[in-house]
Amino acid sequence: MIKAILIFNNHGKPRLIRFYQYFAEDMQQQIIRETFHLVSKRDDNVCNFLEGGSLIGGSDYKLIYRHYATLYFVFCVDSSESELGILDLIQVFVETLDKCFENVCELDLIFHMDKVHYILQEVVMGGMVLETNMNEIVAQVEVQNRMEKSESLVGSVAKNGHVTFPT
Amino acid sequence: MALKIVKGSIDRMFDKNLQDLVRGIRNHKEDEAKYISTCIDEIKQELKQDNIAVKANAVCKLTYLQMLGYDVSWAAFNIVEVMSSSKFTYKRIGYLAASQCFHESTDVIMLTTNQIRKDLSSPNQYDTGVALTGLSCFVTPDLARDLANDIMTLVSHGDCVKRKRCSVLIMYKVFLKYPESLRPAFPRLKEKLEDPDPGVQSAAVNVICELARRNPKNYLSLAPLFFKLMTSSTNNWVLIKIIKLFGALTPLEPRLGKKLIEPLTNLIHSTSAMSLLYECVNTVIAGQYCSSVGSVVLCVQKLRILIEDSDQNLKYLGLLAMSKILKTHPKSVQSHKDLILQCLDDKDESIRLRALDLLYGMVSKKNLMEIVKKLMLHVDKAEGTTYRDELLTKIIDICSQSNYQYITNFEWSVSQPVTPHPPGISVSWWTIRVFAVAQMATLLDNAHLLTGSMQRNGICEVLYAAAWICGEFSEHLENPLQTLEAMLRPKVATLPGHIQAVYVQNAAKLFATVLKSQEGNTDSTTAQETSQLMIDRLPLFVQSANLEVQERASCILQLVKYIQKLQQKDVEVAEEVIALFAGELNPVAPKAQKKVPVPEGLDLDAWINEPPSESESEDEQPKAIFAKEEPKHSRPRHTEVDEKELARRREARKQEQANNPFYIKASPSSQKVYQDAPGVEHIPVVQIDLSVPLKVPGLPMSDQYVKLEEERRQKERAEKKKKEKKKRKEKRSGRGKKHDSGPESEEDITPAHMVDIVTEEMPEVRCVSLQIQFSTSRIFNELSPSSFWVFNEKKSSKHKKKKQKKEKEEKEKKKKKKKHHHHHHHSDGGGEESVQNGTVEEEEPLPVSVYDIQGNLQDGSQVVVSVIFENKCDSFLKSMEFNVLDSLNSKLQRPEGSGPHDGLTVPFQLPPGVSNEARFVFTVQSIVMPQKLKGTLTFIVKDSSTHEKLDFKLHFTCTSYLITTPCYSDAFAKLLESGDLKGSSVRLEGVNMPFHHLLARICFHHHFSVVERIDSCASMYSRSIQGHHVCLLVKTSGQTVSIDAKCDEPTLLGNVLDEIKQTFSQC
Repeated sequence: MIKAILIFNNHGKPRLIRFYQYFAEDMQQQIIRETFHLVSKRDDNVCNFLEGGSLIGGSDYKLIYRHYATLYFVFCVDSSESELGILDLIQVFVETLDKCFENVCELDLIFHMDKVHYILQEVVMGGMVLETNMNEIVAQVEVQNRMEKSESLVGSVAKNGHVTFPT
Repeated sequence: MALKIVKGSIDRMFDKNLQDLVRGIRNHKEDEAKYISTCIDEIKQELKQDNIAVKANAVCKLTYLQMLGYDVSWAAFNIVEVMSSSKFTYKRIGYLAASQCFHESTDVIMLTTNQIRKDLSSPNQYDTGVALTGLSCFVTPDLARDLANDIMTLVSHGDCVKRKRCSVLIMYKVFLKYPESLRPAFPRLKEKLEDPDPGVQSAAVNVICELARRNPKNYLSLAPLFFKLMTSSTNNWVLIKIIKLFGALTPLEPRLGKKLIEPLTNLIHSTSAMSLLYECVNTVIAGQYCSSVGSVVLCVQKLRILIEDSDQNLKYLGLLAMSKILKTHPKSVQSHKDLILQCLDDKDESIRLRALDLLYGMVSKKNLMEIVKKLMLHVDKAEGTTYRDELLTKIIDICSQSNYQYITNFEWSVSQPVTPHPPGISVSWWTIRVFAVAQMATLLDNAHLLTGSMQRNGICEVLYAAAWICGEFSEHLENPLQTLEAMLRPKVATLPGHIQAVYVQNAAKLFATVLKSQEGNTDSTTAQETSQLMIDRLPLFVQSANLEVQERASCILQLVKYIQKLQQKDVEVAEEVIALFAGELNPVAPKAQKKVPVPEGLDLDAWINEPPSESESEDEQPKAIFAKEEPKHSRPRHTEVDEKELARRREARKQEQANNPFYIKASPSSQKVYQDAPGVEHIPVVQIDLSVPLKVPGLPMSDQYVKLEEERRQKERAEKKKKEKKKRKEKRSGRGKKHDSGPESEEDITPAHMVDIVTEEMPEVRCVSLQIQFSTSRIFNELSPSSFWVFNEKKSSKHKKKKQKKEKEEKEKKKKKKKHHHHHHHSDGGGEESVQNGTVEEEEPLPVSVYDIQGNLQDGSQVVVSVIFENKCDSFLKSMEFNVLDSLNSKLQRPEGSGPHDGLTVPFQLPPGVSNEARFVFTVQSIVMPQKLKGTLTFIVKDSSTHEKLDFKLHFTCTSYLITTPCYSDAFAKLLESGDLKGSSVRLEGVNMPFHHLLARICFHHHFSVVERIDSCASMYSRSIQGHHVCLLVKTSGQTVSIDAKCDEPTLLGNVLDEIKQTFSQC
């Protein structure tokens, strides 16, 4: 099971947090800080696994992360997940983001946190891996975006041309 | 209204959307908090508007703020509003927000049930998807219970593959929160393992792997299926999951391991995916079945390749797996020492730590010094990091493992400042004492260097040893005075207490040595100066907060003061002082004692004093709070007490109970069950291979405990049962006599102790039974053999009758109350019309419920209702059909092939005045709620050939799912301490009956047993057929009775309490 997915930048600013187990907001922030502290002091050429985030999980849990330019993608998983498998999954997720946002950069994540969430929802559900095929994920995301667009058009017509939300 | 809409839309143009909010926050870096608080105010305004688009926008922004750490639970209701929007766009925003901030204690969550149900069954698959995704994050036990069926429908009938996949995944969450759903859903989940769609299949594998990880035993039966999947699947994700699952299963089933070895080896050879290779190796290691050396060698070889890889991740995993092999096959790993040592130089700390772990297992006499030397180098390099602590700990572990068996050069060892427990070494090998003492003295002298940096590492422990060695072997010191001075430095007071204590004590030893060395000297200044030094420095320790230090210091201080006085009178004291610490410690081999012959006439096994008698020992046992009424069922303290002794004690206890007028025996109903329970257990019931996991993660551990407890007592019970049966027989014969001849036999006195209203009135029962028409329904588990229930039947029906009579007399309508009823009235032609019109409950004052449950814990979902049909009319009745309207929760089991609404034929006909019993099996899923089922009985009256109908209701109360289970006070206490139970309480006012009647009533009507009773306070226990524990603490004062209750299932508890309350409100 995946217990949490955290994305933060080189300064520890959260860009997306997704906990699959409930933590209160202050606890969440503390976990982000701790994780950032653990991850940020590691060189780029060391391994991507870390044991011992004390706040989340405990000994059965591992942090598996990847560092891309300014962003860290951290997955906190228990021993039922394959370490290398999760690494691949992070890669798939990032490539999907890249495809959906066309050359994704940190700014995309900053301004479209909701969209990143929707993409993530197609990859992981409730802590379990749902889909690993990038094309499938992208297709699902696109269909939903189209639905959203068509709804906003219908909405604006129905409401006598009210200004609609930029989507 | 129109104006309002226009206004709303104009406002909206000025609303911030998410992007504006983010931009704003980025522009207000200095006063971010202030800016956000104004934004939150705006959001609050937006949420107040009717426009759903505005609300959705606001909720979207809140989701962002939640990420920044702001609590947005105050907007939970608005989130629910947005979730229920009909537009996908808004719905998605709402569900996202909900999944980020809802949790089990969010109260509005219960408002979402219907919305989610609607979305799940929405024709738009994306609505369903959004709802499933949200639900997977915030599902609660209530939601899981209410929506389980909807999700099952999606799993089996959903035509969209994508949604199917989601719903399979979410089943895991539902099982977690609502374990009862696992059993009915499992067959479908199993089906999905072979689903044509690989996505659905992998989701099912995922879910089952998670379930199995928590409780592998129950999933062994699926091994063949997984084996097939493993050899056929090409999806690496699925393969990895399955192989991981096998890793958990093989320790439980060695044969599986043997079978796996070949396909795993094949995979290891053939796969190009490192992740798969790694998991294969892991599973080969996990099964201890690596008896074939070949497979281990293969694994180690593959791991070596991983470790040598330039990819740090592979290196790390290789080392990790290697350390697992090390535990079982150290030899195969040791040959790769060179590689591991190389890894110590790696720049990656994780890898170094892993390598360290491995080193521990690779040390031998030959390489120890080399390895430690290498490690010490690293210690120097790693100043001030956690890695350094780890290194030092490892060095200590390595050196001390197996009692220093690898250490060949102790001089070397003692010179390592971190070597553990030098005292042991110094005592054991006198040859190195001199050397050790010199080393330690230097160490003490330089202690100030150590204390600062080393205190936090626990390295200062070495000072403890050093001080002791210097004190004990002070005669070897070159300059004891200097060492003494070092030990009394003020800085010492910063050390941990236990070390200070050793310092003080050994300072005294050194002091003695100094005096001794100065003895011959004519000049006594040195001796006096030393005394003065002690007197000056010791007060520091006298003030210590540590008791040990304080005590030793003040003692020694006084001693030194006294010595000083004597010194001033020029008395020679050295000999006497040194006598305080005389005696040399010699090493003693651990087996030395064996070499001492046992003197003749000494029997080491004989008691020196007679062991305390049993009764004493029982009295001495600490009494639990309630200990009084029920003498402790002895858990023998002396395990060697033999069977005879046990039997004797049991007899004595029985006697005592029989003579104790306050001893409450279990009520008739509980006795019945009590007696039967072991009987049922003795039936060689074949374990039904349901291939359904009966346990779900989350079920209380105490369950297991209770099971153990039960086993422990089973023997005892079996014996007791025999006796009780006998007794009962006597009782019954006594009763018979009573009626025949009047005088009471002696046996009848015993039942009189049974505090049960029912039993006391026994004599009247017979006549009543002749007059009153009654019907019986009992629920019991189908596994109990008929011979048992037939017997019980007689008993219980008698009770009932009597009860009925009583009720009749008091004109109370008790029948609705509790439990389980069944009313059947077969009236004659004249009465039929009235019966047809309404339920029997309303029209018939006479029929009173008779119910009973005989639960067998082996099957918690089936109950059998047995109904007695009595023909009270003058005509012959035939073709009776019994039918019940099923509910979702409870279903009448019908023979295969019949539809869900078909009735069951009653397998007999009834001549006038005859009664007979039929049994019907019901499947019940959840037992936490009471339930009423409506049913009809149709039959043909032979004479008139008319078709008649009779309506009735079956009332499944929660109480009826409880089984009287005896519980011992120690088990009871443990259960309460376990913390798995949730509490609840209820007060009953105006209860006007003696306490023992009250208890008897709870025992009888609600199937509890008394655990302990003290005065007006009693603890009671019962257990549901599905294994829930229900504990009560009943207290009474005046007419008020308070019941504090605990149970692992709050809903069940609430209902049971309600039912208890009802029992007493009607009496």
